[in-house]
Amino acid sequence: MIPLEQVAIVGVAESEIGKVPHQTPAGMMAVAARAAAADAGLSLDDVDGIFATTPYHGVTVTTLSEYLGIRPRYYDGTDFGGCSFILHLRHAAAAIAAGMCDVALIAYASSQRSDRGRLVSSSETSAYELPYGAVYPITHNALIAARHMHDYGTTSEQLASVAVAARTWASRNPRAYAREPITVDDVLASPMMSSPLHRLDCCLLTDGGAAIIVARRDRVVDTSRAIHVLGAAESFTHRNIVAMPDLTTSAAAVTGPAAFEQAGLRPDDMDFAQLYDAFTIGPIIELEDLGFVPKGEAAAFFAEGRTQPAGDLPVNTNGGGLAYTHPGMLGLFLLAEAVRQLRGESGEAQVPDARVGLVHGIGGALASAATAVLARPEVRAA
Amino acid sequence: MSGTTRKPIPHARGEERPFFEAATDGRLAIQRCPECGNMVFFPRTVCPHCRRDTPEWMDAAGTGTVYSFSVVVRSAISGYADEVPYVVALVTLDEGVRLMANIVNVAPDDVRIGMPVRVTFEHRGDRAGEEIVIPQFEPVGSAP
Repeated sequence: MIPLEQVAIVGVAESEIGKVPHQTPAGMMAVAARAAAADAGLSLDDVDGIFATTPYHGVTVTTLSEYLGIRPRYYDGTDFGGCSFILHLRHAAAAIAAGMCDVALIAYASSQRSDRGRLVSSSETSAYELPYGAVYPITHNALIAARHMHDYGTTSEQLASVAVAARTWASRNPRAYAREPITVDDVLASPMMSSPLHRLDCCLLTDGGAAIIVARRDRVVDTSRAIHVLGAAESFTHRNIVAMPDLTTSAAAVTGPAAFEQAGLRPDDMDFAQLYDAFTIGPIIELEDLGFVPKGEAAAFFAEGRTQPAGDLPVNTNGGGLAYTHPGMLGLFLLAEAVRQLRGESGEAQVPDARVGLVHGIGGALASAATAVLARPEVRAA
Repeated sequence: MSGTTRKPIPHARGEERPFFEAATDGRLAIQRCPECGNMVFFPRTVCPHCRRDTPEWMDAAGTGTVYSFSVVVRSAISGYADEVPYVVALVTLDEGVRLMANIVNVAPDDVRIGMPVRVTFEHRGDRAGEEIVIPQFEPVGSAP
């Protein structure tokens, strides 16, 4: 097991998000990285480990190091899809524990909104999939949603309730891209994209960058704002959707239990969950696989409003990819919101007395997965 | 098929080629590992079950059921954009492996998960002077 007790997340920042036509992805990463270092009470000169991947650069870690004028002694450009940065957090903990670096920068940015208004992805399509007109990744998630509906009776109304909850949270977040509340009927009335997914079942398509700083505990400047990592795990089920063993079970069924076991905690202990919501079906399957509810019961959990501000498990408290921002890869933004919540810095969307929370990311069409359990520093001491 | 825009033509390389060559002959070729007996799809040089060499090719019966499907209503994909709505499905063959295809010769609204389907072949076009044929599926019992 990767030792996590030697590190803390000490800095978090985002660039401008939404429409940022005046900055490149490298530019957004640089702005976020500098701000994250400042948030940590450190400077970029302290960074000696770098973790980053984007679809824009062949080797993002060298592009960003050059851009920032830093020469770290540890580099990790692992691309694991949208959850890469949650995996980077785990890898940074391992690198720090191994003495390979002391202060790690994790960064991501995309200008996809300003580029073409379409997903920018480096993902290739197999010869066996290319001829059939599947619109990546919408149709792939639609196939997953359709099978979940078939197996568990999940309805379009329940899928829509995930988007409704996201907007409810976003209405409390001044930085969110889509803040106007919507109803289930609004989602169902939005254009069908790839059945059963409507336009409002699909995430936003925005520009934006983010960065976090992970440091060895003896480099922490302000211990009261340092967030600890209690458990972390990564896994995958498939690369090609034809090879996904069961369309309704994701790799979260592996990473959730593993992360909870390492943390010595259970789903019931979580004060919130930040779940990758590229499409409304995602958080439903993730909530089930992570162990929060039995298989087939998450859709009702969302429809009953239990993830909303007054609910028993706040989910995606900044509005998530459906309403806050979604610059192609969401993982780092999920982490950033979890850290803000645990620090008590989420403003009107603050979960009262949030002490422990879960972050779960996916890559591809529910293909890869990375989970982290984060906590305020006093939790483990207690 | 649209006369102005072409649907995507796969570029099969290496071990991907026998699948498409078989389709040209009207055969649906999948792999069976001679060592462990498992069926393999997509085609590989190494069996993902036992990691031995080169699963052998065999002709599938060509029948299966719809495991899941989506009716694509909005598409910017060349050749498909002007054919919406169309059905993209995952089909589980009787041999157990799963592949992607369109469900053709049926109204999209009539497709169901679990529906029995059989293979049919579509001439997709030519690539570098080579005829490219792809498997498609249609409901069992639809007119030939």
